[in-house]
Amino acid sequence: MDRPDQVAADLSQAARERIAAIVARYPTRQSALMPSLWVVQDELGWVPPAAVAYLVETLGVTLARVHELLTFYTMFRTEPPARHVLQVCRNISCHIMGARAVIAHLEKRLGIRLGEKTPDGLFALEGVECLGACGQGPVLQLGKHYYENLTPKKADALLEGLRKGAPPRADTDRELEVGS
Amino acid sequence: MSAAACNILSARFGRADGHRLDVYEAEGGYRALRQVLGGMKPAEVVELVKGAGLRGRGGAGFPTGAKWSFVPSAAEDVYFFVNADESEPGTFKDRYLLDYDPHQTIEGAIISAYAVRAKLAFIYIRGEFGWLVDRVERAVTEAYSAGYLGRDILGSGYSLEMIVHKGAGAYICGEETGLINSVTGLKGQPSIKPPFPAVSGFLGRPTIVNNVETVAAVPWIVMHGAQAYRSYGTEKSPGTKLWSVSGPVRNPGVFEIPLGMPFADFFHGQLGGMQDGEEFKACIVGGSSVPVLTAAEIMACTLDYESLQEAGTMLGSGGMIIVPQRADMVELIKVLMHFYWDESCGQCTPCREGTGWLHRIASRLLKGEAVPADLELLEKVCNGMMGLTICPLADAAVMPMRSFLQRFRDEFAARIHETAAPEPVNRWARGE
Repeated sequence: MDRPDQVAADLSQAARERIAAIVARYPTRQSALMPSLWVVQDELGWVPPAAVAYLVETLGVTLARVHELLTFYTMFRTEPPARHVLQVCRNISCHIMGARAVIAHLEKRLGIRLGEKTPDGLFALEGVECLGACGQGPVLQLGKHYYENLTPKKADALLEGLRKGAPPRADTDRELEVGS
Repeated sequence: MSAAACNILSARFGRADGHRLDVYEAEGGYRALRQVLGGMKPAEVVELVKGAGLRGRGGAGFPTGAKWSFVPSAAEDVYFFVNADESEPGTFKDRYLLDYDPHQTIEGAIISAYAVRAKLAFIYIRGEFGWLVDRVERAVTEAYSAGYLGRDILGSGYSLEMIVHKGAGAYICGEETGLINSVTGLKGQPSIKPPFPAVSGFLGRPTIVNNVETVAAVPWIVMHGAQAYRSYGTEKSPGTKLWSVSGPVRNPGVFEIPLGMPFADFFHGQLGGMQDGEEFKACIVGGSSVPVLTAAEIMACTLDYESLQEAGTMLGSGGMIIVPQRADMVELIKVLMHFYWDESCGQCTPCREGTGWLHRIASRLLKGEAVPADLELLEKVCNGMMGLTICPLADAAVMPMRSFLQRFRDEFAARIHETAAPEPVNRWARGE
């Protein structure tokens, strides 16, 4: 059977080794579960059922425990995500600084509402709670980085860059001096 | 920057090289660790931090040295956790500490772990700070390579392992027992206290959880002494504090100032006042969970634990949200109640249901569907939540709700419609 979750569940050898290293490092197998879920999601973009089964077997935890974590923590995904998941903070500071206008603009540009995916699977737009970037709001999270002080114009540049495969540099991806 | 600004914690903020180990070392980094491991007993480090009067910077303001001293002296398998879950709306200071100066927090964590005789330390970073997890992991690896972590650190006989643990999106994991349960591999639901984690925490062993900012101050205190630390701040609130400032002020951002600075000086000095065309209406001074003050009230305060408590609010995490005149207080409280409803872990009924009620009633107000009895109902729901749950998340929702109602009642009353249908009492559906 060519079910997408089976195809996607094919964890690389490197990922399996990372999980083994986590198990060796953490004091209990149960405590290794959350970082192992991150290894899976970092590689596959979500946590498919087959990967859950792999963790149940490898860590010796119950299936219920894994589902508890997958459903309690909002960042774990149990479905394949859109290619670019745009997560806009709508908490108090970002709200004061204009998050609603940015969200409305993104909804219009993408033709979807908050919480939806574009039909081509390219974009998803999500509202999230405080991202800890309140002094730089409105803020948008994309993968491991934040785009800050968002305006409709800056949001347009981001969408255009993502469509062309060359997004503008994220604000948290700042220039660092390399160590000697 | 005014003359009152200081840099015990923020010396490398804003720099492109502050994250480098060689830069940190060249500026005196890891000397405090050498000094501690070279001749101080763990109990002496505890006494030093007690003497400095350092208080927990995560929100509760509990004396750090006293917390450390609760670890039973004969205990083995002690764990030390750095809380970098920073999720309190309005707060973004720990992010600066870890981004610009990860080694300062790592050094502070090693010294703190030594003080409580821990053999394993975790730095718990909220999952949304993806780039920071990478930054801190690299710094921890560097610290291992330099011999500051691992077996027999600097030949002292003391060994410590350190793990960077990435959260996955749950505000409640910032509560220390929720954080411990999360690292255990469970839902981040808080546990009832007592037992306190210092006696029975991670895996049932003594565990100390300290905020990033608390830990980051420790190397400076070791190098300069308790008295030098006390030369900043007030008698009961010694030292410096990082304030995360958001809202339409001229200079939002993170600022380090001595505790006890008059708000008005900070506002006009560091923050540069309001942006053009904006008027100052209200201030949520310590993160979204503390009571809101009017602009006039906060202008009369000094920024320390005691004065803010006297004014009817709390210093909290130092997440200072400046609310402009144009803001609709009903809309803001609806935004906040959505947050607490969304983040309630669900184990205590007053919080799980109460946050839903508060959010629902706030939504009704906003939509013009609220009736006169709804304001009373809001207060009733608050009374049924405050102090009645395992952790303070319910209180954290009630404090803004009550204070918004008290100080901006006109705005709420203006949303009442005499003719709207009252909410059916048996409506348990959650959300909007």
